[in-house]
Amino acid sequence: MSITVLLAEHHKYCDELFAGAEEGVARQDWAAAGPALRRLLSALETHFRAEEDILFPAFEQASGLRSGPTEVMRGEHRQIRELLQMLQQALADKDSEAFAGAAETLLILMQQHNLKEENILYPLCERTLATEAAVYIAVRSCLES
Amino acid sequence: MHPELSFAQAPPLAAPLRFFLAAPWFGVLAGLLLAWGGEEAFASRWSPLALAVTHLMTTGFMLQVMCGALLQFVPVTAGANVWRPELLAQWLQPLLAVASLLLAAGFVVGSPLLLVAAAGLFILGTGAFAGVIAAALWRTVATGMMLWALRYAIFGLVLAVALGALLAVILFWGVDVPFFSLIEVHQAWGLGGWALLLLAGVSWQVVPMFQLTPPYPAGFTRNFVWILLVALVLVSLRLVMDTAGWVAAGDLVLLSIVASHAMLTLWLQQRRRRKLVDATFTFFRLAMFCLLGFALAGGAAVFFPALGGIPNFAIGMGVLVLGGVFTSALSGMLYKIVPFLGWLHLQRLGAPLSAVPNMKGMLAEMAMRRHWVLHLSALVLLLAAAWLPWLVRLAGLVFAASCAALGWNLITAARRYTLFRDRIHASGLHRG
Repeated sequence: MSITVLLAEHHKYCDELFAGAEEGVARQDWAAAGPALRRLLSALETHFRAEEDILFPAFEQASGLRSGPTEVMRGEHRQIRELLQMLQQALADKDSEAFAGAAETLLILMQQHNLKEENILYPLCERTLATEAAVYIAVRSCLES
Repeated sequence: MHPELSFAQAPPLAAPLRFFLAAPWFGVLAGLLLAWGGEEAFASRWSPLALAVTHLMTTGFMLQVMCGALLQFVPVTAGANVWRPELLAQWLQPLLAVASLLLAAGFVVGSPLLLVAAAGLFILGTGAFAGVIAAALWRTVATGMMLWALRYAIFGLVLAVALGALLAVILFWGVDVPFFSLIEVHQAWGLGGWALLLLAGVSWQVVPMFQLTPPYPAGFTRNFVWILLVALVLVSLRLVMDTAGWVAAGDLVLLSIVASHAMLTLWLQQRRRRKLVDATFTFFRLAMFCLLGFALAGGAAVFFPALGGIPNFAIGMGVLVLGGVFTSALSGMLYKIVPFLGWLHLQRLGAPLSAVPNMKGMLAEMAMRRHWVLHLSALVLLLAAAWLPWLVRLAGLVFAASCAALGWNLITAARRYTLFRDRIHASGLHRG
Protein backbone atom coordinates (compact mmCIF):
# COMPACT_ATOMS: atom_id res chain seq x y z
CA MET A 1 0.00 0.00 0.00
CA SER A 2 1.22 3.53 -0.76
CA ILE A 3 1.14 6.67 1.40
CA THR A 4 -1.58 8.05 -0.89
CA VAL A 5 -3.82 5.01 -0.46
CA LEU A 6 -3.21 4.81 3.29
CA LEU A 7 -4.06 8.45 3.97
CA ALA A 8 -6.89 8.56 1.42
CA GLU A 9 -8.50 5.59 3.19
CA HIS A 10 -8.17 7.43 6.48
CA HIS A 11 -9.88 10.44 4.87
CA LYS A 12 -12.79 8.14 3.99
CA TYR A 13 -12.89 6.88 7.57
CA CYS A 14 -13.11 10.48 8.81
CA ASP A 15 -15.90 11.14 6.26
CA GLU A 16 -17.87 8.26 7.79
CA LEU A 17 -17.45 9.70 11.27
CA PHE A 18 -18.47 13.15 10.02
CA ALA A 19 -21.66 11.76 8.46
CA GLY A 20 -22.51 9.95 11.70
CA ALA A 21 -22.13 13.10 13.82
CA GLU A 22 -24.08 15.24 11.35
CA GLU A 23 -26.87 12.68 11.14
CA GLY A 24 -27.15 12.51 14.94
CA VAL A 25 -27.60 16.27 15.21
CA ALA A 26 -30.04 16.37 12.27
CA ARG A 27 -32.19 13.81 14.17
CA GLN A 28 -31.69 15.86 17.36
CA ASP A 29 -30.24 12.73 18.90
CA TRP A 30 -27.78 14.58 21.12
CA ALA A 31 -26.83 11.49 23.11
CA ALA A 32 -25.51 9.81 19.95
CA ALA A 33 -24.11 12.96 18.35
CA GLY A 34 -21.76 13.76 21.25
CA PRO A 35 -19.69 10.56 21.11
CA ALA A 36 -19.82 10.63 17.27
CA LEU A 37 -18.32 14.12 17.20
CA ARG A 38 -15.66 13.14 19.72
CA ARG A 39 -14.66 10.19 17.51
CA LEU A 40 -14.39 12.55 14.53
CA LEU A 41 -12.27 15.00 16.51
CA SER A 42 -9.93 12.29 17.68
CA ALA A 43 -9.57 10.74 14.19
CA LEU A 44 -8.87 14.11 12.55
CA GLU A 45 -6.34 15.06 15.22
CA THR A 46 -4.53 11.74 14.67
CA HIS A 47 -4.56 12.36 10.92
CA PHE A 48 -3.15 15.87 11.30
CA ARG A 49 -0.44 14.60 13.65
CA ALA A 50 0.63 11.94 11.15
CA GLU A 51 0.94 14.65 8.51
CA GLU A 52 2.33 17.55 10.51
CA ASP A 53 4.79 15.54 12.63
CA ILE A 54 5.88 12.85 10.15
CA LEU A 55 4.94 13.26 6.48
CA PHE A 56 5.29 17.02 6.01
CA PRO A 57 8.70 17.38 7.77
CA ALA A 58 10.03 14.44 5.74
CA PHE A 59 8.77 16.03 2.50
CA GLU A 60 10.11 19.45 3.45
CA GLN A 61 13.51 18.02 4.17
CA ALA A 62 13.65 16.00 0.97
CA SER A 63 12.30 18.76 -1.29
CA GLY A 64 13.68 21.86 0.42
CA LEU A 65 10.16 23.34 0.13
CA ARG A 66 9.32 24.75 3.55
CA SER A 67 6.85 27.47 2.69
CA GLY A 68 5.09 25.67 -0.14
CA PRO A 69 2.20 23.24 -0.20
CA THR A 70 2.76 21.87 3.30
CA GLU A 71 2.43 25.35 4.77
CA VAL A 72 -0.93 25.83 3.01
CA MET A 73 -2.07 22.42 4.29
CA ARG A 74 -1.09 23.34 7.86
CA GLY A 75 -3.11 26.54 7.51
CA GLU A 76 -6.14 24.52 6.40
CA HIS A 77 -5.68 22.17 9.35
CA ARG A 78 -5.94 25.25 11.58
CA GLN A 79 -9.20 26.25 9.88
CA ILE A 80 -10.58 22.73 10.26
CA ARG A 81 -9.67 22.72 13.95
CA GLU A 82 -11.46 26.04 14.43
CA LEU A 83 -14.58 24.73 12.71
CA LEU A 84 -14.45 21.62 14.90
CA GLN A 85 -14.44 23.88 17.96
CA MET A 86 -17.55 25.61 16.61
CA LEU A 87 -19.20 22.21 16.17
CA GLN A 88 -18.38 21.33 19.79
CA GLN A 89 -19.84 24.63 20.96
CA ALA A 90 -23.01 24.15 18.89
CA LEU A 91 -23.36 20.64 20.28
CA ALA A 92 -22.93 21.88 23.86
CA ASP A 93 -25.59 24.53 23.19
CA LYS A 94 -27.80 21.94 21.44
CA ASP A 95 -28.07 24.46 18.59
CA SER A 96 -28.77 22.27 15.55
CA GLU A 97 -28.87 25.23 13.13
CA ALA A 98 -25.43 26.51 14.13
CA PHE A 99 -24.16 22.93 13.96
CA ALA A 100 -25.58 22.40 10.46
CA GLY A 101 -24.00 25.62 9.14
CA ALA A 102 -20.56 24.86 10.59
CA ALA A 103 -20.82 21.20 9.49
CA GLU A 104 -21.66 22.16 5.90
CA THR A 105 -18.67 24.52 5.81
CA LEU A 106 -16.38 21.96 7.41
CA LEU A 107 -17.41 19.30 4.90
CA ILE A 108 -16.60 21.41 1.84
CA LEU A 109 -13.36 22.70 3.38
CA MET A 110 -12.33 19.19 4.36
CA GLN A 111 -13.21 17.72 0.97
CA GLN A 112 -11.34 20.27 -1.11
CA HIS A 113 -8.41 19.90 1.31
CA ASN A 114 -8.44 16.12 0.86
CA LEU A 115 -8.69 16.50 -2.90
CA LYS A 116 -5.52 18.59 -3.01
CA GLU A 117 -3.68 16.17 -0.78
CA GLU A 118 -4.81 13.04 -2.63
CA ASN A 119 -4.43 14.45 -6.16
CA ILE A 120 -1.25 16.41 -5.71
CA LEU A 121 0.59 16.44 -2.40
CA TYR A 122 0.67 12.73 -1.52
CA PRO A 123 1.79 11.63 -5.01
CA LEU A 124 4.40 14.40 -4.86
CA CYS A 125 5.58 13.11 -1.47
CA GLU A 126 5.88 9.59 -2.85
CA ARG A 127 7.98 10.82 -5.75
CA THR A 128 10.17 13.03 -3.60
CA LEU A 129 10.82 10.87 -0.56
CA ALA A 130 13.82 8.57 -0.82
CA THR A 131 12.83 6.94 2.46
CA GLU A 132 9.21 6.37 1.48
CA ALA A 133 8.95 2.94 3.16
CA ALA A 134 10.15 4.27 6.51
CA VAL A 135 7.80 7.28 6.34
CA TYR A 136 4.93 4.99 5.35
CA ILE A 137 5.51 2.76 8.38
CA ALA A 138 5.73 5.78 10.71
CA VAL A 139 2.52 7.30 9.29
CA ARG A 140 0.67 3.98 9.57
CA SER A 141 1.70 3.38 13.17
CA CYS A 142 0.63 6.93 14.04
CA LEU A 143 -2.81 6.36 12.45
CA GLU A 144 -3.16 3.05 14.27
CA SER A 145 -2.16 4.48 17.63
CA MET B 1 11.01 22.42 -8.21
CA HIS B 2 7.47 22.36 -9.59
CA PRO B 3 7.14 26.11 -10.00
CA GLU B 4 3.71 25.53 -11.52
CA LEU B 5 2.40 23.82 -8.42
CA SER B 6 -0.05 26.21 -6.83
CA PHE B 7 -1.45 25.65 -3.40
CA ALA B 8 -2.68 29.15 -2.96
CA GLN B 9 -6.08 27.42 -3.32
CA ALA B 10 -8.03 29.83 -5.36
CA PRO B 11 -7.93 32.86 -7.64
CA PRO B 12 -9.23 36.19 -6.33
CA LEU B 13 -12.94 35.93 -5.59
CA ALA B 14 -13.85 38.48 -8.25
CA ALA B 15 -12.58 36.21 -11.06
CA PRO B 16 -15.12 33.37 -10.83
CA LEU B 17 -17.82 35.54 -9.24
CA ARG B 18 -17.95 37.86 -12.25
CA PHE B 19 -19.09 34.91 -14.39
CA PHE B 20 -21.41 33.39 -11.78
CA LEU B 21 -23.28 36.62 -11.09
CA ALA B 22 -23.84 37.33 -14.80
CA ALA B 23 -24.85 33.81 -15.86
CA PRO B 24 -28.45 33.57 -14.53
CA TRP B 25 -29.50 36.75 -16.33
CA PHE B 26 -28.97 35.05 -19.69
CA GLY B 27 -31.53 32.51 -18.50
CA VAL B 28 -33.87 35.37 -17.58
CA LEU B 29 -33.45 36.81 -21.08
CA ALA B 30 -34.09 33.39 -22.64
CA GLY B 31 -37.31 33.03 -20.60
CA LEU B 32 -38.46 36.53 -21.55
CA LEU B 33 -37.79 35.79 -25.23
CA LEU B 34 -40.02 32.72 -24.96
CA ALA B 35 -42.71 34.79 -23.22
CA TRP B 36 -42.45 37.42 -25.96
CA GLY B 37 -42.42 34.99 -28.89
CA GLY B 38 -45.05 32.58 -27.54
CA GLU B 39 -46.09 29.73 -29.81
CA GLU B 40 -43.79 30.85 -32.61
CA ALA B 41 -40.73 30.19 -30.41
CA PHE B 42 -41.63 26.52 -30.01
CA ALA B 43 -42.86 25.98 -33.58
CA SER B 44 -39.63 24.14 -34.40
CA ARG B 45 -36.07 23.81 -33.12
CA TRP B 46 -35.04 25.79 -36.21
CA SER B 47 -37.26 28.77 -35.47
CA PRO B 48 -35.15 31.95 -35.01
CA LEU B 49 -36.45 32.39 -31.47
CA ALA B 50 -35.71 28.77 -30.52
CA LEU B 51 -32.15 29.21 -31.84
CA ALA B 52 -31.75 32.46 -29.92
CA VAL B 53 -33.04 30.89 -26.69
CA THR B 54 -30.82 27.82 -27.19
CA HIS B 55 -27.71 29.96 -27.63
CA LEU B 56 -28.57 32.27 -24.73
CA MET B 57 -28.61 29.16 -22.56
CA THR B 58 -25.52 27.47 -24.00
CA THR B 59 -23.20 30.39 -24.80
CA GLY B 60 -24.70 32.64 -22.14
CA PHE B 61 -25.77 30.80 -19.00
CA MET B 62 -23.77 27.59 -19.38
CA LEU B 63 -20.54 29.00 -20.80
CA GLN B 64 -20.41 31.76 -18.18
CA VAL B 65 -20.86 29.30 -15.29
CA MET B 66 -18.42 26.80 -16.76
CA CYS B 67 -15.68 29.37 -17.42
CA GLY B 68 -16.01 30.76 -13.90
CA ALA B 69 -16.05 27.29 -12.39
CA LEU B 70 -12.95 26.19 -14.31
CA LEU B 71 -11.00 29.24 -13.12
CA GLN B 72 -11.75 28.04 -9.59
CA PHE B 73 -11.71 24.28 -10.08
CA VAL B 74 -8.44 23.87 -11.98
CA PRO B 75 -6.13 25.39 -9.33
CA VAL B 76 -7.88 23.55 -6.49
CA THR B 77 -8.12 20.08 -8.01
CA ALA B 78 -5.09 20.09 -10.28
CA GLY B 79 -2.84 22.44 -8.33
CA ALA B 80 -2.25 24.19 -11.63
CA ASN B 81 -1.68 27.91 -11.86
CA VAL B 82 -4.09 29.59 -14.24
CA TRP B 83 -2.34 32.58 -15.84
CA ARG B 84 -3.57 35.92 -14.41
CA PRO B 85 -7.14 34.73 -13.62
CA GLU B 86 -8.37 38.15 -12.56
CA LEU B 87 -7.13 39.88 -15.68
CA LEU B 88 -8.48 37.05 -17.83
CA ALA B 89 -11.90 37.26 -16.17
CA GLN B 90 -12.00 41.05 -16.47
CA TRP B 91 -12.01 41.09 -20.24
CA LEU B 92 -13.18 37.57 -21.05
CA GLN B 93 -16.45 37.70 -19.12
CA PRO B 94 -17.83 40.86 -20.79
CA LEU B 95 -16.48 39.73 -24.17
CA LEU B 96 -18.29 36.39 -23.98
CA ALA B 97 -21.42 38.13 -22.66
CA VAL B 98 -21.47 40.55 -25.60
CA ALA B 99 -20.79 37.69 -28.02
CA SER B 100 -23.73 35.74 -26.63
CA LEU B 101 -26.07 38.73 -26.87
CA LEU B 102 -24.94 39.46 -30.46
CA LEU B 103 -25.51 35.83 -31.38
CA ALA B 104 -29.02 35.82 -29.92
CA ALA B 105 -29.79 39.15 -31.61
CA GLY B 106 -28.44 37.78 -34.88
CA PHE B 107 -30.92 34.89 -34.72
CA VAL B 108 -33.87 37.05 -33.67
CA VAL B 109 -33.44 39.67 -36.41
CA GLY B 110 -32.04 37.18 -38.94
CA SER B 111 -28.76 39.00 -39.49
CA PRO B 112 -25.83 36.84 -40.66
CA LEU B 113 -23.59 39.86 -40.06
CA LEU B 114 -24.37 39.81 -36.33
CA LEU B 115 -23.79 36.05 -36.27
CA VAL B 116 -20.37 36.47 -37.89
CA ALA B 117 -19.48 39.29 -35.47
CA ALA B 118 -20.48 37.06 -32.53
CA ALA B 119 -18.47 34.18 -33.99
CA GLY B 120 -15.37 36.38 -34.19
CA LEU B 121 -15.72 37.34 -30.53
CA PHE B 122 -16.29 33.73 -29.51
CA ILE B 123 -13.18 32.59 -31.36
CA LEU B 124 -11.16 35.28 -29.64
CA GLY B 125 -12.62 34.68 -26.17
CA THR B 126 -12.84 30.90 -26.04
CA GLY B 127 -9.52 30.60 -27.90
CA ALA B 128 -7.75 32.62 -25.21
CA PHE B 129 -9.61 30.84 -22.41
CA ALA B 130 -8.91 27.38 -23.85
CA GLY B 131 -5.23 28.27 -24.30
CA VAL B 132 -4.80 29.44 -20.72
CA ILE B 133 -6.72 26.54 -19.16
CA ALA B 134 -5.09 23.94 -21.42
CA ALA B 135 -1.63 25.27 -20.50
CA ALA B 136 -2.50 24.88 -16.81
CA LEU B 137 -4.01 21.42 -17.31
CA TRP B 138 -1.02 20.10 -19.24
CA ARG B 139 1.62 21.41 -16.88
CA THR B 140 0.11 20.03 -13.69
CA VAL B 141 1.71 17.20 -11.74
CA ALA B 142 -1.72 15.91 -10.73
CA THR B 143 -3.12 12.75 -12.30
CA GLY B 144 -6.49 11.05 -12.74
CA MET B 145 -9.30 10.65 -15.27
CA MET B 146 -10.99 13.86 -14.17
CA LEU B 147 -8.00 15.73 -15.59
CA TRP B 148 -8.28 13.93 -18.92
CA ALA B 149 -11.99 14.70 -19.02
CA LEU B 150 -11.21 18.39 -18.52
CA ARG B 151 -8.46 18.36 -21.16
CA TYR B 152 -10.69 16.77 -23.80
CA ALA B 153 -13.60 18.99 -22.78
CA ILE B 154 -11.47 22.04 -23.61
CA PHE B 155 -10.79 20.46 -27.00
CA GLY B 156 -14.56 19.90 -27.40
CA LEU B 157 -15.21 23.56 -26.65
CA VAL B 158 -12.72 24.72 -29.26
CA LEU B 159 -14.18 22.38 -31.87
CA ALA B 160 -17.79 23.38 -31.09
CA VAL B 161 -16.94 27.08 -31.35
CA ALA B 162 -14.97 26.55 -34.58
CA LEU B 163 -17.89 24.65 -36.14
CA GLY B 164 -20.32 27.32 -34.93
CA ALA B 165 -18.16 30.03 -36.47
CA LEU B 166 -18.01 28.06 -39.71
CA LEU B 167 -21.82 27.89 -39.73
CA ALA B 168 -22.02 31.65 -39.28
CA VAL B 169 -19.57 32.23 -42.13
CA ILE B 170 -21.51 29.83 -44.37
CA LEU B 171 -24.74 31.71 -43.63
CA PHE B 172 -23.04 35.02 -44.36
CA TRP B 173 -21.45 34.00 -47.66
CA GLY B 174 -24.01 31.40 -48.64
CA VAL B 175 -21.51 28.59 -49.35
CA ASP B 176 -23.05 25.34 -50.54
CA VAL B 177 -22.25 22.69 -47.88
CA PRO B 178 -24.18 19.98 -45.98
CA PHE B 179 -25.54 22.61 -43.60
CA PHE B 180 -27.79 20.48 -41.38
CA SER B 181 -25.12 17.80 -40.92
CA LEU B 182 -22.73 20.52 -39.82
CA ILE B 183 -25.29 21.75 -37.28
CA GLU B 184 -25.71 18.23 -35.87
CA VAL B 185 -21.94 17.86 -35.48
CA HIS B 186 -21.59 21.35 -33.93
CA GLN B 187 -24.32 20.43 -31.47
CA ALA B 188 -22.82 17.04 -30.64
CA TRP B 189 -19.40 18.52 -29.81
CA GLY B 190 -20.86 21.49 -27.95
CA LEU B 191 -23.23 19.48 -25.77
CA GLY B 192 -21.39 16.14 -25.64
CA GLY B 193 -17.71 16.91 -26.20
CA TRP B 194 -17.64 20.07 -24.10
CA ALA B 195 -20.56 20.50 -21.70
CA LEU B 196 -21.34 16.89 -20.82
CA LEU B 197 -17.72 15.76 -20.66
CA LEU B 198 -16.95 18.68 -18.35
CA LEU B 199 -20.03 17.97 -16.21
CA ALA B 200 -19.12 14.27 -16.00
CA GLY B 201 -15.47 14.92 -15.14
CA VAL B 202 -16.40 17.42 -12.45
CA SER B 203 -19.12 15.07 -11.13
CA TRP B 204 -16.54 12.30 -10.60
CA GLN B 205 -14.93 14.61 -8.06
CA VAL B 206 -17.79 16.56 -6.54
CA VAL B 207 -20.60 13.98 -6.22
CA PRO B 208 -18.56 11.81 -3.81
CA MET B 209 -17.29 15.01 -2.13
CA PHE B 210 -20.58 16.78 -1.48
CA GLN B 211 -22.74 13.77 -0.72
CA LEU B 212 -20.18 11.28 0.56
CA THR B 213 -21.11 8.64 -1.98
CA PRO B 214 -18.81 5.76 -2.94
CA PRO B 215 -16.38 6.85 -5.70
CA TYR B 216 -17.18 6.34 -9.39
CA PRO B 217 -15.54 3.03 -10.39
CA ALA B 218 -12.11 3.65 -11.97
CA GLY B 219 -13.01 1.36 -14.89
CA PHE B 220 -16.05 3.48 -15.67
CA THR B 221 -14.28 6.84 -15.68
CA ARG B 222 -11.36 5.39 -17.68
CA ASN B 223 -13.62 4.05 -20.40
CA PHE B 224 -16.15 6.89 -20.37
CA VAL B 225 -13.75 9.41 -21.89
CA TRP B 226 -12.54 7.41 -24.88
CA ILE B 227 -15.94 5.84 -25.62
CA LEU B 228 -17.53 9.31 -25.66
CA LEU B 229 -14.81 10.62 -27.96
CA VAL B 230 -15.07 7.66 -30.34
CA ALA B 231 -18.86 8.10 -30.44
CA LEU B 232 -18.45 11.79 -31.25
CA VAL B 233 -16.04 10.96 -34.08
CA LEU B 234 -18.56 8.43 -35.46
CA VAL B 235 -21.34 11.02 -35.25
CA SER B 236 -19.07 13.49 -37.07
CA LEU B 237 -18.59 11.05 -39.98
CA ARG B 238 -21.84 12.37 -41.44
CA LEU B 239 -19.86 15.39 -42.59
CA VAL B 240 -17.53 13.51 -44.88
CA MET B 241 -19.42 10.43 -46.05
CA ASP B 242 -22.88 9.06 -46.40
CA THR B 243 -22.67 6.40 -43.70
CA ALA B 244 -26.01 6.44 -41.94
CA GLY B 245 -25.22 3.13 -40.22
CA TRP B 246 -22.04 4.42 -38.56
CA VAL B 247 -23.73 7.66 -37.56
CA ALA B 248 -26.63 5.77 -35.96
CA ALA B 249 -24.11 3.55 -34.17
CA GLY B 250 -22.31 6.68 -32.94
CA ASP B 251 -25.60 8.16 -31.72
CA LEU B 252 -26.45 4.95 -29.85
CA VAL B 253 -23.02 4.65 -28.24
CA LEU B 254 -23.18 8.31 -27.26
CA LEU B 255 -26.64 7.97 -25.72
CA SER B 256 -25.69 4.73 -23.95
CA ILE B 257 -22.64 6.25 -22.30
CA VAL B 258 -24.72 9.30 -21.33
CA ALA B 259 -27.40 7.05 -19.83
CA SER B 260 -24.81 4.99 -17.97
CA HIS B 261 -23.34 8.13 -16.40
CA ALA B 262 -26.81 9.23 -15.28
CA MET B 263 -27.75 5.82 -13.89
CA LEU B 264 -24.43 5.36 -12.11
CA THR B 265 -24.71 8.81 -10.51
CA LEU B 266 -28.27 8.10 -9.34
CA TRP B 267 -27.18 4.74 -7.96
CA LEU B 268 -24.20 6.26 -6.14
CA GLN B 269 -26.47 8.96 -4.70
CA GLN B 270 -28.76 6.21 -3.39
CA ARG B 271 -25.76 4.78 -1.54
CA ARG B 272 -24.59 8.11 -0.15
CA ARG B 273 -23.30 8.15 3.39
CA ARG B 274 -24.53 11.70 4.01
CA LYS B 275 -28.29 11.42 4.30
CA LEU B 276 -28.91 15.15 4.45
CA VAL B 277 -31.03 16.33 1.51
CA ASP B 278 -29.96 19.83 0.47
CA ALA B 279 -30.51 22.06 -2.56
CA THR B 280 -27.42 20.81 -4.41
CA PHE B 281 -28.51 17.20 -3.97
CA THR B 282 -32.05 17.80 -5.27
CA PHE B 283 -30.88 19.90 -8.25
CA PHE B 284 -28.25 17.34 -9.17
CA ARG B 285 -30.65 14.44 -8.87
CA LEU B 286 -33.14 16.18 -11.15
CA ALA B 287 -30.33 16.79 -13.64
CA MET B 288 -29.47 13.09 -13.72
CA PHE B 289 -33.12 12.01 -14.17
CA CYS B 290 -33.39 14.48 -17.06
CA LEU B 291 -30.14 13.16 -18.55
CA LEU B 292 -31.52 9.65 -18.40
CA GLY B 293 -34.80 10.84 -19.96
CA PHE B 294 -32.86 12.62 -22.71
CA ALA B 295 -30.83 9.49 -23.48
CA LEU B 296 -33.95 7.29 -23.61
CA ALA B 297 -35.81 9.75 -25.83
CA GLY B 298 -32.74 10.08 -28.07
CA GLY B 299 -32.47 6.29 -28.28
CA ALA B 300 -36.13 6.06 -29.29
CA ALA B 301 -35.47 8.60 -32.07
CA VAL B 302 -32.58 6.48 -33.42
CA PHE B 303 -34.83 3.40 -33.66
CA PHE B 304 -37.85 5.36 -34.90
CA PRO B 305 -36.38 8.18 -37.02
CA ALA B 306 -39.87 9.59 -37.65
CA LEU B 307 -39.94 10.65 -34.00
CA GLY B 308 -36.93 12.92 -34.44
CA GLY B 309 -38.76 14.65 -37.27
CA ILE B 310 -41.64 15.72 -35.04
CA PRO B 311 -40.96 19.37 -34.09
CA ASN B 312 -42.51 19.00 -30.60
CA PHE B 313 -40.29 16.01 -29.87
CA ALA B 314 -37.11 17.89 -30.79
CA ILE B 315 -38.20 20.88 -28.70
CA GLY B 316 -38.92 18.58 -25.75
CA MET B 317 -35.41 17.08 -26.08
CA GLY B 318 -33.93 20.57 -26.08
CA VAL B 319 -35.89 21.52 -22.94
CA LEU B 320 -34.75 18.32 -21.23
CA VAL B 321 -31.08 18.84 -21.91
CA LEU B 322 -30.79 22.63 -21.48
CA GLY B 323 -33.37 23.28 -18.78
CA GLY B 324 -33.43 19.86 -17.15
CA VAL B 325 -29.82 18.69 -17.24
CA PHE B 326 -27.55 21.70 -17.40
CA THR B 327 -29.60 24.44 -15.71
CA SER B 328 -30.34 22.06 -12.81
CA ALA B 329 -26.81 20.71 -12.41
CA LEU B 330 -25.13 24.10 -12.68
CA SER B 331 -27.60 25.68 -10.22
CA GLY B 332 -26.83 22.89 -7.74
CA MET B 333 -23.08 23.42 -8.16
CA LEU B 334 -23.37 27.21 -7.79
CA TYR B 335 -25.18 26.73 -4.48
CA LYS B 336 -22.14 24.95 -3.08
CA ILE B 337 -19.40 26.99 -4.77
CA VAL B 338 -20.58 30.57 -4.18
CA PRO B 339 -21.34 30.37 -0.40
CA PHE B 340 -18.12 28.41 0.18
CA LEU B 341 -16.00 30.91 -1.74
CA GLY B 342 -17.60 33.76 0.22
CA TRP B 343 -16.70 32.02 3.47
CA LEU B 344 -13.20 31.05 2.28
CA HIS B 345 -12.27 34.58 1.24
CA LEU B 346 -13.76 36.16 4.37
CA GLN B 347 -11.88 33.92 6.76
CA ARG B 348 -8.67 34.61 4.83
CA LEU B 349 -8.91 38.22 5.95
CA GLY B 350 -7.65 36.91 9.27
CA ALA B 351 -10.70 37.61 11.45
CA PRO B 352 -11.70 34.93 13.97
CA LEU B 353 -14.01 32.35 12.44
CA SER B 354 -16.79 33.44 14.80
CA ALA B 355 -16.82 36.81 12.98
CA VAL B 356 -17.43 35.13 9.62
CA PRO B 357 -20.84 33.74 8.61
CA ASN B 358 -20.69 30.06 7.68
CA MET B 359 -22.06 28.71 4.38
CA LYS B 360 -25.65 28.70 5.57
CA GLY B 361 -25.13 32.25 6.82
CA MET B 362 -23.92 33.28 3.34
CA LEU B 363 -27.05 31.92 1.64
CA ALA B 364 -30.14 30.63 3.43
CA GLU B 365 -31.45 27.17 2.59
CA MET B 366 -34.97 28.61 2.31
CA ALA B 367 -33.92 30.94 -0.54
CA MET B 368 -32.49 28.01 -2.46
CA ARG B 369 -35.68 25.99 -1.86
CA ARG B 370 -37.82 28.81 -3.28
CA HIS B 371 -35.69 28.73 -6.41
CA TRP B 372 -36.05 24.94 -6.56
CA VAL B 373 -39.86 25.18 -6.56
CA LEU B 374 -39.76 27.79 -9.35
CA HIS B 375 -37.23 25.78 -11.35
CA LEU B 376 -39.23 22.57 -11.14
CA SER B 377 -42.43 24.42 -12.12
CA ALA B 378 -40.66 26.04 -15.06
CA LEU B 379 -39.29 22.73 -16.27
CA VAL B 380 -42.68 20.99 -16.10
CA LEU B 381 -44.33 23.91 -17.90
CA LEU B 382 -41.65 24.04 -20.61
CA LEU B 383 -41.96 20.31 -21.25
CA ALA B 384 -45.74 20.62 -21.41
CA ALA B 385 -45.39 23.64 -23.71
CA ALA B 386 -43.48 21.51 -26.21
CA TRP B 387 -46.83 19.79 -26.87
CA LEU B 388 -49.25 22.52 -25.76
CA PRO B 389 -47.92 25.67 -27.44
CA TRP B 390 -50.40 27.96 -25.68
CA LEU B 391 -48.34 27.35 -22.55
CA VAL B 392 -45.11 28.75 -24.02
CA ARG B 393 -45.64 32.32 -22.75
CA LEU B 394 -46.42 31.21 -19.21
CA ALA B 395 -43.55 28.68 -19.22
CA GLY B 396 -41.15 31.37 -20.45
CA LEU B 397 -42.22 33.75 -17.69
CA VAL B 398 -41.85 31.12 -14.98
CA PHE B 399 -38.44 30.12 -16.36
CA ALA B 400 -37.36 33.77 -16.33
CA ALA B 401 -38.57 34.08 -12.73
CA SER B 402 -36.69 30.92 -11.77
CA CYS B 403 -33.42 32.17 -13.28
CA ALA B 404 -33.98 35.55 -11.63
CA ALA B 405 -34.34 33.76 -8.29
CA LEU B 406 -31.00 32.05 -8.90
CA GLY B 407 -29.42 35.37 -9.90
CA TRP B 408 -30.86 37.12 -6.86
CA ASN B 409 -29.69 34.38 -4.49
CA LEU B 410 -26.14 34.65 -5.83
CA ILE B 411 -26.24 38.45 -5.52
CA THR B 412 -27.44 38.05 -1.92
CA ALA B 413 -24.44 35.80 -1.12
CA ALA B 414 -22.06 38.27 -2.81
CA ARG B 415 -23.56 41.18 -0.86
CA ARG B 416 -23.19 39.33 2.40
CA TYR B 417 -19.56 38.76 1.54
CA THR B 418 -19.06 42.50 0.91
CA LEU B 419 -20.96 43.44 4.08
CA PHE B 420 -18.85 41.20 6.31
CA ARG B 421 -15.61 42.09 4.53
CA ASP B 422 -16.27 45.79 5.20
CA ARG B 423 -17.29 45.02 8.79
CA ILE B 424 -14.08 43.04 9.39
CA HIS B 425 -11.98 45.85 7.89
CA ALA B 426 -13.81 48.49 9.95
CA SER B 427 -13.38 46.57 13.19
CA GLY B 428 -9.64 46.18 12.63
CA LEU B 429 -9.89 42.39 12.93
CA HIS B 430 -8.27 41.76 9.56
CA ARG B 431 -4.71 40.64 9.07
CA GLY B 432 -2.25 43.36 8.05
